[in-house]
Order: sequence, then C-alpha cells, then structure tokens
Amino acid sequence: MTIDRTIASDDAANTPVAGSATKARMVGGIPVAWQRTAFFIAVVIAIALPFLVKNFTIFQLTTVMIYAIAILGLNLLTGYNGQFSLGHSTFIAIGAYTTAILMEFAGLSFYGTLPIAATICFAFGFLFGLPALRLESIYLALATFALAVATPQVLKLSPFEHWTGGVQGLLVFKPEAPFGLPLNSDQWMYFVTLAIGLGLAVCAVNLVNSRSGRAIKAIRDNPIAARAMGINISLYKTTTFGISAAYAGIAGSLSAVVVQFVAPDSFTFVLAIGLFVGLVVGGVGSITGALFGGLFLVFVPNIAEEVSKGLAGAVYGVILLLVIYLMPAGAVGLIRTAAMKLATRRR
Amino acid sequence: MDLFIHQVLAGLATGGIYACMALAIVMIYQAIHHLNFAQGEMAMFSTFIAWQLIEWGVPYWGAFFLTIVVSFIGGVVIERTVFKPLHNAPILAHIVAFIALFAIFNSVAGFIWDFTIKSFPTPFGQESLFGSGLMGAHDAGMIGVTLVLLVLLFLFFRNTRVGLSMRAAASNPDSARLVGVRVGWMIALGWGMAAAIGAVAGMMIAPVVFLEPNMMLAILIYGFAGAVVGGLTSPGGAVIGGFAVGIIENLAGTFIPVVGSELKLAIALALIVTVLMFKPTGLFGARIVTRV
Amino acid sequence: MSDPLLKVTGLQGWYGRIQALYGLDFEVPDKGVVTLLGANGAGKTTTLRALSGMIQTAGEISFAGQSIAGKVTEDIVRLGIAHVPEGRGTFTAMTVEENLQLGAMTRSDTRAIAEDIERAYAYFPRLAERRGQQAGTLSGGEQQMLAISRALMLRPRLMLLDEPSFGLAPLIVEELFAILVDLKEKEGLSMLVVEQNAALALEIADEAYLIETGRLVMSGPAQQIGSDENVRRAYLGY
Ligand SMILES: Nc1ncnc2c1ncn2[C@@H]1O[C@H](COP(=O)(O)OP(=O)(O)OP(=O)(O)O)[C@@H](O)[C@H]1O
Ligand SMILES: [Mg+2]
Repeated sequence: MTIDRTIASDDAANTPVAGSATKARMVGGIPVAWQRTAFFIAVVIAIALPFLVKNFTIFQLTTVMIYAIAILGLNLLTGYNGQFSLGHSTFIAIGAYTTAILMEFAGLSFYGTLPIAATICFAFGFLFGLPALRLESIYLALATFALAVATPQVLKLSPFEHWTGGVQGLLVFKPEAPFGLPLNSDQWMYFVTLAIGLGLAVCAVNLVNSRSGRAIKAIRDNPIAARAMGINISLYKTTTFGISAAYAGIAGSLSAVVVQFVAPDSFTFVLAIGLFVGLVVGGVGSITGALFGGLFLVFVPNIAEEVSKGLAGAVYGVILLLVIYLMPAGAVGLIRTAAMKLATRRR
Repeated sequence: MDLFIHQVLAGLATGGIYACMALAIVMIYQAIHHLNFAQGEMAMFSTFIAWQLIEWGVPYWGAFFLTIVVSFIGGVVIERTVFKPLHNAPILAHIVAFIALFAIFNSVAGFIWDFTIKSFPTPFGQESLFGSGLMGAHDAGMIGVTLVLLVLLFLFFRNTRVGLSMRAAASNPDSARLVGVRVGWMIALGWGMAAAIGAVAGMMIAPVVFLEPNMMLAILIYGFAGAVVGGLTSPGGAVIGGFAVGIIENLAGTFIPVVGSELKLAIALALIVTVLMFKPTGLFGARIVTRV
Repeated sequence: MSDPLLKVTGLQGWYGRIQALYGLDFEVPDKGVVTLLGANGAGKTTTLRALSGMIQTAGEISFAGQSIAGKVTEDIVRLGIAHVPEGRGTFTAMTVEENLQLGAMTRSDTRAIAEDIERAYAYFPRLAERRGQQAGTLSGGEQQMLAISRALMLRPRLMLLDEPSFGLAPLIVEELFAILVDLKEKEGLSMLVVEQNAALALEIADEAYLIETGRLVMSGPAQQIGSDENVRRAYLGY
C-alpha cells in the first residue's frame, strides 16, 4: 500500500494554473495576495490572543502549537516522504526527557537544552531510519508502533531511574519572561513556542520546495524512478526520518517546560496515534495543516467530553469519522477547495 | 532445561491467545489489505454480547454461536455503512477510521457494561494439564479451537467458489470485477468473517484475561506481531507466528536479565522488527512474483 | 441483415473530470470481428473500459438488444461480455487453474466448467503444463494466453481484447491470432479487438474503426482500410 497523493498535497500549490499569468498571481488556484493576507491576519491574531484570553486558554493554545510542531515533523516523514510512523511519541519523549534531565542534572537553561534535544532526536531518528529502510508501509507502521509501546516501559526501567525519575517522572522548571518583559510565564512560553513554530514552519516550507524536497517527494511517488534519476534513496529517507524526529524532539522539549513535568505515561502510544490523527485531519502533505491538526487534538476531546461524559470516546470517534467523510483531504483540503471556488467566481 | 520447557509450554498457552487473534487479523487483511486497529475492540464487544447472553440465561454454546452470527452481521454492517463510502479514500483515512471505531467500541462497551472486570466461562474446564499448572484444559481447548478454525478457513479459501472470489477481489479488484465477482460484497463478507473469527477469539481469550473493555489492547498488539511475523498473507503462518510470539515473550521475560515482565512486550516487538528486516514479508508470507 | 450484437451511439467517457471519449458510434455484428485502431492515447483502452462499465460514461450502448449503459461491470459480464484487459489482469498470487476457474465465476455448471478448462488447455498446451504454477510467474506471453483463456471461460458472446499481441514474440502472435480466427469461425464468437499491430488486426477483422483523441476519424471494411495507402501512412504507420 502506498500513500495516496490526491490528498491536499502542496505539490498542487506549486503548479501555476494555466492562463492565470495575466491576472493576479495564483498558486494552487488561489491568489497569492489572499494567501499573504490570510497569513498576515493569522499572525496578528496569534500575537494578540495571549492578551485577550485566560491563562488556561493560553496554555491550551501553546499546547496546540506544540502538537502542530510535532505533526509538522510527522508530515515531513509521512506526507512528503511516504514513510509511516505510529511512533513519534517516542521522539517527543526523548526531547522532553533530554530537556528535563539536562535542566535538572546539568543545570542548563531551557534554551540551552533545546538544540541538544533536537540533535539527539535527529540522531535517534536517523538511526531508526536505517532499519526502517527495509520495512514497507504496514510493517513500518507496526515497527514504529512497537517503538511507541515500548517507550514508556523503557522510561520506567529501574537502571535509569536515577535519571528519569522512574514512574514518578521529573518536575521541570518553567522559565519566566526575561528582560523584565511584562509577560507572565504562560504568555512568555506562548511566544517562545510561536516563534519556534513559525521558524520551523518556514524551514519546512523551504525544505519541501528545495531540490532536496523534490527528491524527498520523488521517493514517495516513485522510488524506482527516483533511484534511476540517481537520488540516494537511503540517505534521503534516513535524513528525513532524522529531521522529522528532530521536530518531534523540539515539540517534546517545549512540552516539558510548558507542562512543567515529564513522566512515562505522558508518552504512550496514545500520543503517537493522536499525532497521526492530527496529521490526517489537518491535511497530509500540507504545512498549514499541522496547525489544524493541533487544534483538533486539543479541543475535540474536550468537546466530546462536554457532549457526553460517559460516551466521550464514542463521540470523539463519531466526530473523527465525520471529519474524514466531510474533509477527505483534511481541513486544509477543504479550505483550499473553498478558496479556489471563490477565486474562480471572482474572475 | 526444565525451566526452559516449562516456559515454552506456558508460552504455547499464551501463544494460543495470540494465534487466535492473529488469525482474525490475517482474515481481514485478506479481505481488505489493511490492518484493522479496531479488530481487538470488535472482538471485545462481541465477547460482551456473549457474556450478556449468558447472563440472560442462554446456555454457553447457544450464546457462542449466536454471538458469532451477530458479530458476522455486525461486521458486514460496519463495512457497508462506515467503510464502503471510504473505498476511494487514501489509506491514511482508513487508518483514522479504524482509530475512530476503536474509540467508539471501547467507549460504548464501557458505557453499557462499565469498566469492572468480569469473569467469562470456559467450556473446557479449568483443571490443569500435565500436572504442572502451566497449561490448563482451557488453554488446550483454545489451541484446539484455533487449529480447527484454521483448517476450516484453509478449506474455505482453497476449495470454495466464494473463497476463491474473496481472494480474487482482495488481490486484484479490477480483474475480479471483469470476471463477474461482486467485489463490494466480497469485502463486506471479509469483514463479517473477520468479526466472527474475532468473536471466537474474544470468547476463547476472555476466560484467561477476564472481560473488560481494555482487555484486548495488549493482545491485539501481540496478535499483530504474530500475524506480521508469520506473514500477513498466510493464515497458517499467522497461527505459527502467534505461538512464536507467546513463546518468545515468555522466554525473554525469564532468561534475559533486567527485562523482567515489564519489558516482555518491548523485547518481543524488537525481535519481530528484526525478523522483518531479514524477511520483509514474514516467515511464511508469500512472495508474489510478478512479471511486467 | 440482422441487428448488430453491440451498438454504440454517442459514447462519451470520463476519468474523473477528464473527458477521454467524445462521442463514438460503432457496431459489432453478431459473429463478426471488429478492430479499433489508433495511436497511443487515442482512447482505445478507454473505449473498452467504457463498454465494461469501468468508467463513467454517457451515450447509448446496447448489447443483444438490451441497454447496458450505466450498468455495473459485474452485471455486464453476466450478459456475456468478456474483457481481456490491457496488462492482462492476471491474478498473480493464484495458480493457473484458479485463474481459469475465476473466469467461470458467473457459471454454475461444474461439469461444463471442467470441460472448458480442458478445452483451454487444448488450445494452449503451455498452460496445461503449468496448471499448478503461480500465475504471476508465467512469462508475458503465457499470461496473455491465460488472460484469453480466462475470458473464454465465461462462454462469452462478445470478447473485448485489448492488445492481445502486446509483448509477444512474432511466432506466438501468429499462433494466437490463428486461435482467434478459429474461435471466430468455429464458435461464432464476436470480438472487438484493439491492436497496435494494425496489419494483423485488419487481417482477422471484418470492420475497422480508426480513432484519434477520443473521436472516430474513419471506418469501413477492414480490407478497404488496410489497402488505402493514405490511411496506412497517416494512421497505421506501415
Ligand atoms: N486512469 C486514467 N486517468 C486519467 N486519464 C487517463 C487514465 N487512463 C487513460 N487516460 C487518458 O485517456 C486517454 C486515452 O487513453 P487510453 O488508455 O484509452 O489510450 P489507448 O488508445 O489505449 O493508448 P495505448 O495504445 O497507449 O494503450 C489518454 O489521453 C490518457 O492519458
Ligand atoms: Mg491502451
């Protein structure tokens, strides 16, 4: 089984629509001006929000962005490179524990741990990418899932207990805003996450549109042809795995300080499955989709709780089914179709 | 050595559970070429239906067969209502639909029957075989049922027209339509059969692990592992794979220090990944040679 | 003159939103052989797919006096239209014999099915030798023979053949076409043959239709089309 590409792929966005050159510049059937405006409005809202809502909501929004970063990483791997992962919770865990342990035992500041977490996760991802080369689709899905299942158990192991805190986990200190900025720590971490998230999104966009990005996508679409074109498949696949894991690791690192706590049971396979759901719901092969995926992961379970306490899981399941019926190409697919219709009507 | 043999026996007993589940997984794989993550929850739900019937006073075997029938119909209905509309959707959407089903079954079962554990009767009795306490009559009965099921399935797929049509529909739907196979119904039938086999698995497993909405989770993972190790295209391989996983799990837990019972699952899974790296289609999976 | 077995009027066909056929009219007479010729991408395969209900169509298709437009593939097959698809459509994981049995899936006369399998083996002894072999391991030519045998297992009234000579050695092609002629003459089987090898197709066909980008550009008796210098040079390239 191969991953279908008819889904909200950004590839489509890169082919200018014929005959549109004379009018406004278009990408993917949507005027670039619209996309710019939408992005600008989104950034303005994102900056204004933490001054308008409760601290708990700020915390939730920060969590949305953290999920979005991890989903973005998963998307690079699954959406653009065609490799399954049901095990990205592992890399989140590695990132989170790296930060927690370094802050606790090495006295590093959070900001100092971030690049280390990313690097360690890249290395782990790259190494895991090596056996992954020999596994295809469902087999890879199962192997990564095994990783996700094993992770909390490894974290609980007694030989590591001194470092990991065992079942109890570790408390993590949440940084305050520096330079006397008039922000509370929730607001500060929100902005830190926003800045990192935007930076990573820009990196992702540049990556997928680069030469290497084309190679990554070519491998997904047609590995045989890609090899014939002289693309080093193994190198690209393992590197993509590493980059994807690094994204997840950064998300994990952020989550450790935002939640102020790391424990094995925060990183079960349920988290990995959640990321996968976020990926599909947001839009496979779409950078902006990650944000919608994050929103879904944070808010839909709450909504389900509110509809029915006893049957929250069932409500969640039904919502999930409705989402894939109504938006088979994810939230971004839906938005893109709507915008394209609007754009054509205006012409 | 004695310990080794004991652990192998005990592994066979738990392996029987996994084999049963692996068989159900391979069945649905034959029909739809996906791994159904909700398979375990469907089996759990079926088992609750059987439990309810028995509570209402239906004799064991009556409840057993009634549950199989109900599950079969349920499987067909799920395919027709949930998955038929998705048949053109990308595979990622299918996996999400499985996750949704998982959530729904788990939650509804907890809602109706709550999360306290319930004991489930065995038709084979509880006495221990070989006087060792390692394999009981129920374990042996369960292995027997799995093997009978396997033989029946083998005959069905090999020797009946419907079985042949199902295989054709799964492997090459376009060609199957061109010879007149009603592919949509074959897929629904596959779901029905998988649900029915899952029900059998659930009813065999429940006396061992106790009945509760989360009872299938770990078993499903081991079942997947067994199915994949054995080869997803081979029901017989899946059964052997299930037994192998049970034995490996037990031996690893006993003989590898540090591991203890905590890490059994992780070790078993790591071994499986290793197997896959050397035999990507599983130990007994058919390598389909295709010429262009 | 009796009614044609297959009569197609204004046939249009789509792949999703892309239109590939723009209104074709043609007929296949009862017990007749018709060939559909055209360059790569002309829409030949698409036409056969449209007839079998594998793509979305508009227009009228009547088979043996009954309209089959809009019917699903499974039902069209049951009326006696067998389709040997492009790429042969082998059930690769199954044995040769199972492939043949699948061809007779719509029939229930077990005895006659067994006889037909033997008859197929008589036509193609190479298949008989390999009856227990996994079909995916057959050579390309053997798979083509299997595809045709599988189609015959339906006991069709009309057989749609998509490039039966594709990838076969010249000698095997001759053999194959001899068998097709046999089927036509001895069993009165009607055929609609799509071929790249136009010369060969024109030899066994009664009528020929030439299509270009989903439209009919010429039609006539096969002999006449084959002997027209201009047509040959412009469309058939020999
Ligand atoms: N699955 C498909 N989706 C979209 N377009 C298709 C599809 N299959 C064929 N087409 C298009 O339909 C047109 C006709 O294709 P068709 O396969 O019928 O050609 P053909 O005449 O059989 O060519 P050939 O001799 O190469 O087999 C082509 O332009 C082709 O690109
Ligand atoms: Mg063709």
